[in-house]
Amino acid sequence: MTPAHMEAALMLAGVLFMLGLISVLIRRNIIFMLISVEIMLNAAGLAFIVAGSKWVQPDGQVMFIFILTMAAAEVSVGLALILQIYHQLKTLDSDAANLMKG
Amino acid sequence: MELTFYFAAAVATLATIMTITRYNIIHALLYLVVSFLAVAVVFFTLGAPFMAALEVIIYAGAIVVLIIFVIMMLNLTHEDVDKEKEWLTPKVWVGPAILSLVLLAELAYIILAPDTQPTEALVAVDARLVGMSLYGPYMLGVQLCGILLMAGIVGAYHLGRQKKKVVHRFLQPKEERSAAI
Repeated sequence: MTPAHMEAALMLAGVLFMLGLISVLIRRNIIFMLISVEIMLNAAGLAFIVAGSKWVQPDGQVMFIFILTMAAAEVSVGLALILQIYHQLKTLDSDAANLMKG
Repeated sequence: MELTFYFAAAVATLATIMTITRYNIIHALLYLVVSFLAVAVVFFTLGAPFMAALEVIIYAGAIVVLIIFVIMMLNLTHEDVDKEKEWLTPKVWVGPAILSLVLLAELAYIILAPDTQPTEALVAVDARLVGMSLYGPYMLGVQLCGILLMAGIVGAYHLGRQKKKVVHRFLQPKEERSAAI
């Protein structure tokens, strides 16, 4: 594998992360924000895989497994929160949930 | 291998762009699956075939299906798609998009500018090595992941629980049941 290929892979991780970040910033639908967080986590995992492949060490893939576990736990809790918000506010607008009330 | 990588990278980028610009969530999720599959191909070309399999199974399989189930529970209609269209105006997205693109350009400059590394051949890191490492030096991390998953299960159950409104008549309190009869 040539370094250009490796750098292109790292670049791809950067592009995907940036797309996820843009989406988190511009979207108001809370499900889309969750999806964007998934995109960003995936991009971070891709960067770890590239690094592990570059140095021929298993550590990058181990980190990817950890990221995968975290993403699974995060998405389950996040979806439960989205369900609660939808049942209480009857909307998916993230701006609607800006009041703190016990 | 080189060409495969570049095609997969292009597909991943395009699919992600399509994902973040859709108004309909289901369409976005379909593009998201394509994006994850393309990233799995990238993993394969990077010499991590086991991670490619995990990407397909967990990301494209489990996580997306979980989101689809929640969307099915929410009962969204055409009105929500229209509302989404109303929310996503150019006034809202141009600013953050340009700022993020500037950051991306800086990152591209940092990664691509110095070109002094020696050429080396691709060496695949197979699943056996990963497993040895996972249950060797990273044992504590594995246990922490287990605790995290447990917390995720308990948290999701606790947050997702709803008060039951309609109860079976045998489970209603006695006086209500007699009043109903």
